[in-house]
Amino acid sequence: MAEVMRPEKLDMSNETSSLGSPELLHVLAVDDSIVDRKFIERLLRVSSCKVTVVDSPTRALQYLGLDGNHSSVGFKDLKINMIMTDYSMPGMTGYELMKKIKESAAFREIPVVIMSSENILPRIDRCLEEGAEDFLLKPVKLADVKRLRDSLMKADERACKNIMHKRELQANDIYSQLKRVNI
Amino acid sequence: MLGLGVDRLQADINRLLTSLFHQGVLDEQFLQLQQLQDDTSPTFVYDVINIYFDESEKLLRSLRLLLMDREFSDYKKIGLHLNQLVGSSSSIGARRVRNVCVAFRSASELNNRPGCLRGLEVVEHEYHYLKNMMHELFQLEQQRLLAAGVRYPM
Repeated sequence: MAEVMRPEKLDMSNETSSLGSPELLHVLAVDDSIVDRKFIERLLRVSSCKVTVVDSPTRALQYLGLDGNHSSVGFKDLKINMIMTDYSMPGMTGYELMKKIKESAAFREIPVVIMSSENILPRIDRCLEEGAEDFLLKPVKLADVKRLRDSLMKADERACKNIMHKRELQANDIYSQLKRVNI
Repeated sequence: MLGLGVDRLQADINRLLTSLFHQGVLDEQFLQLQQLQDDTSPTFVYDVINIYFDESEKLLRSLRLLLMDREFSDYKKIGLHLNQLVGSSSSIGARRVRNVCVAFRSASELNNRPGCLRGLEVVEHEYHYLKNMMHELFQLEQQRLLAAGVRYPM
């Protein structure tokens, strides 16, 4: 009769977190200002993030496959960890863009950060109520980006630990059942 | 032995920057820009500022054309252009340009044409002052780089 081995402590070293490659967050940044795009891109790169920058909400939706011209196939593998968008943009505000993202099944869990040069409290409240991860006043600082990145990493670490714990419980459960059967 | 030129030039650069901060032409956001420059992006400040110059000059030209038109009435468009200028100026730490743009924007919100014309003149003046100062800074930095590369024969 085969010996039922006690499950070893789960080795997670090869397990990629939802971040994909270790420590590399992929951020989609949306801003109609060319100066701000250059700036936010650099801020994110310096913070060890992979960056995709687009110049309008329309392009952001196209990139995410939410512009109605694509099926969701092909965008399943698109790994975005965070979206940072300017508030005031021609055509659609960052707030409206966020609402569209929150309406999509594929991307509603992705944290959306809104940036604005205007300190308008009702606007900030509205964005946060609609589910914005954070609201940053421009000009954005390196410290802001680092803070966001750290909180995202922590959230991911917690999620990873939860998955690990669940799997351990499941493994232990299966082991107990097998032991019972062998008796 | 490295040339004394490097130290002298560095002192000139520091003096210029201190003066610009003192005058309120630049604010701490400019320091943030400098912090983002490193070996992987050694011309970052120069690049961003040049992008800022290109964009600002387009906006200023457009503002002048709008206001010079006798039939002018599109204050909303002025406001939109100024929002861009306020935003980008504050992103690079151009405090004085940003502030005079805000004042100009207030005039446009009151549909005050003479106020707008005055506002534009002030913005153009501050902008050109900033541009000249930045050119001087870049020249000094360029000279410093060259001086640092000089090796005196021993």
